[in-house]
Amino acid sequence: MANDVWVYIEHKDGVITPMSFELLGIGKQLADGFGSSVCAFVIGDKVDDLAKEAGAFGATKVYAVEGEVFKGFRGEAYAKAAAFLLEKYKPEIALFRATSMGTDVAAAAAAQLGFGLCTDTIGLAVDGGKVKMTRAAFGGNYSVSVVNEKAAPQIATVRPKAFAMGEKDASKSAEVVKESFALADADLATKVVEFIKSATAVNLVEADIIVSGGRGLGSDAGFAMLQELADLLGGAVGASRAAVDSEWIPYEHQVGQTGKTVKPKIYIACGISGAIQHLAGMRTSDCIVAINKDPDAPIFKAASFGIVGDYKEIVPKMIEKFKSKLSR
Amino acid sequence: MKIAVCLKQVPDTEAEIKWDIPKGTLSRDGMDSITNPFDEFALEEALLTKENYDGEIVAISMGPEGAADVLRNALALTVDEVALCTDDAFAGSDTYSTAYVLAAAIKKAGDVDVVFTGKQSTDGNSGVVAAELAAVLGFAPLTYVSKVRSIDAAGKKIVVERAIEGGTEVIEAKLPAVVSVIKGINEPRLPNLMGIRKASKIEIPKWSAGDLGVDAGKVGAAGASTKVVEIAVPPPRGAGEILKGEIEEIANTITDKLIDLKVIK
Ligand SMILES: Cc1cc2nc3c(=O)[nH]c(=O)nc-3n(C[C@H](O)[C@H](O)[C@H](O)COP(=O)(O)OP(=O)(O)OC[C@H]3O[C@@H](n4cnc5c(N)ncnc54)[C@H](O)[C@@H]3O)c2cc1C
Ligand SMILES: Cc1cc2nc3c(=O)[nH]c(=O)nc-3n(C[C@H](O)[C@H](O)[C@H](O)COP(=O)(O)OP(=O)(O)OC[C@H]3O[C@@H](n4cnc5c(N)ncnc54)[C@H](O)[C@@H]3O)c2cc1C
Repeated sequence: MANDVWVYIEHKDGVITPMSFELLGIGKQLADGFGSSVCAFVIGDKVDDLAKEAGAFGATKVYAVEGEVFKGFRGEAYAKAAAFLLEKYKPEIALFRATSMGTDVAAAAAAQLGFGLCTDTIGLAVDGGKVKMTRAAFGGNYSVSVVNEKAAPQIATVRPKAFAMGEKDASKSAEVVKESFALADADLATKVVEFIKSATAVNLVEADIIVSGGRGLGSDAGFAMLQELADLLGGAVGASRAAVDSEWIPYEHQVGQTGKTVKPKIYIACGISGAIQHLAGMRTSDCIVAINKDPDAPIFKAASFGIVGDYKEIVPKMIEKFKSKLSR
Repeated sequence: MKIAVCLKQVPDTEAEIKWDIPKGTLSRDGMDSITNPFDEFALEEALLTKENYDGEIVAISMGPEGAADVLRNALALTVDEVALCTDDAFAGSDTYSTAYVLAAAIKKAGDVDVVFTGKQSTDGNSGVVAAELAAVLGFAPLTYVSKVRSIDAAGKKIVVERAIEGGTEVIEAKLPAVVSVIKGINEPRLPNLMGIRKASKIEIPKWSAGDLGVDAGKVGAAGASTKVVEIAVPPPRGAGEILKGEIEEIANTITDKLIDLKVIK
């Protein structure tokens, strides 16, 4: 239906990535603004369980494309199916997660159809009969609001954690509309040969707690200490570019303008000065703790709590206190 | 093999950014500009590909006339050809119209086998032009590439590694392909003085909307679907609290405060 708000259900190994439910939450709010419905769309080799779960999280209708060719994940194939559904039903807006998977599908579908695209959205609201999308630009130093000037649909990718999860109600279910979309392997230019799981699966973007280190750590041994704190709290380890450039930790841990943009509930920055390019990647974290020897370090201006001192003294003490207070 | 590389000129992060608020665009005059940091990796990968597999490189940029600087820099690193897509009609393009113009330029450049781009720009930050470009051209989309394993131009095949959430995906694709690269895929080289001197004398070819044969209704502000309606500086974070005292006391306070947030499970 026109004006409906569509949410793309991202899944991996048969399980919906939890953040897809955030999209159903904000999708519902937008649909209420339009007096329309929030619908989900899902593409995969088997979609029934996924569709059911999307219904429990508030989707009123689930549009699905199913087929053997969608086994595993292949952005190219998923994008073609997504474009087919969006073209056919023309919702007001389609929301995807701003992950590598979500972004690839959203971008290719948008380009195939010539639709407007706003990426890494952190704010969504109905304004004057249109969706106003707010995103960070210029490395987070500015926030920019955009609207679609052309006919709907609009496509937006949404930053993980930008919105609260929708509520689950197992008694709710959605009507499932299965569409057939024929796609053969021969129609595709890409083939996944293998997937090598990362030994240290870092999922900074989805972590609620990040313990990050910079040049001030002095060596890779410092990161072992931060890892211990992160493990204790169920968090992940981040880093500044200076630490990555020193080869104390791999690039996938880098936070900032040329690394990952994160928004955890707690960000603990150790030995990081707070350069504008680092702040760009973490300044919207809920609570920032800065530990730095230099009382004038710019990081303190962004910190909720500042501790002036040597991380080598403070972090072990924090580990000790957490262990006893959390009885771990 | 014909290799294309897309280079965007962006304002230097250290520079003060000026906005043209009514137009919702960056006002690029008088700002220090650099090559988008990610595009330096794309350029280096193009150079390595040329060295390893033979071929020629065309570097393409869309932007105002000043963007010729990024192409001059590429010339100093011995790319074979450059083209600056510049036309008043391109101003205010969105990501789709950018991809559409770059696609037209790549077609004009000849039978391109592989296009390298950066993962993302540091100004617009969208990170989608590569995927859109692949869709417009009908090329294989290969994004977030951390390693090019092999290219077989005769067999029209490429194998790459992509760094995505949770690990590395190995993909085999048919050529032609668009490859967007992440930081760390290589170590970008610097131009030498002789290269710079030589490049400074080369005239940069300019391609207008007419030269590219693009539909004027699909480019620039006229073609853009998304329009910027508001630009704001995010509110500064409230001044925080500096915890004072002995280490023992500070550690006690901070752990209490963090536990009180009820985030630690
Ligand atoms: C185009 C561009 C993109 C960039 N992208 C990024 C990016 O994505 N991410 C990023 O982080 N940076 C990025 N940078 C780099 C950025 O400008 C800074 O150089 C970098 O963030 C500095 O890292 P740092 O804070 O770890 O190091 P420094 O600035 O050297 O700070 C180290 C800090 O540690 C403190 N310290 C020293 N010893 C101790 C100790 N024992 N205990 C406690 N504190 C101590 C010092 O007081 C100092 O404040 C980028 C730069 C450019 C030009
Ligand atoms: C503040 C602001 C907000 C914006 N919001 C939106 C929006 O919501 N939606 C939208 O569609 N557009 C938006 N734009 C416009 C968009 O940024 C431009 O169209 C831009 O030309 C392409 O997007 P990007 O820089 O984000 O590229 P990315 O997708 O981040 O760039 C990826 C790669 O593509 C290549 N590339 C990109 N642009 C060029 C170029 N001009 N020349 C050569 N190679 C290039 C480079 O290799 C680059 O590394 C916005 C622009 C600004 C300044």
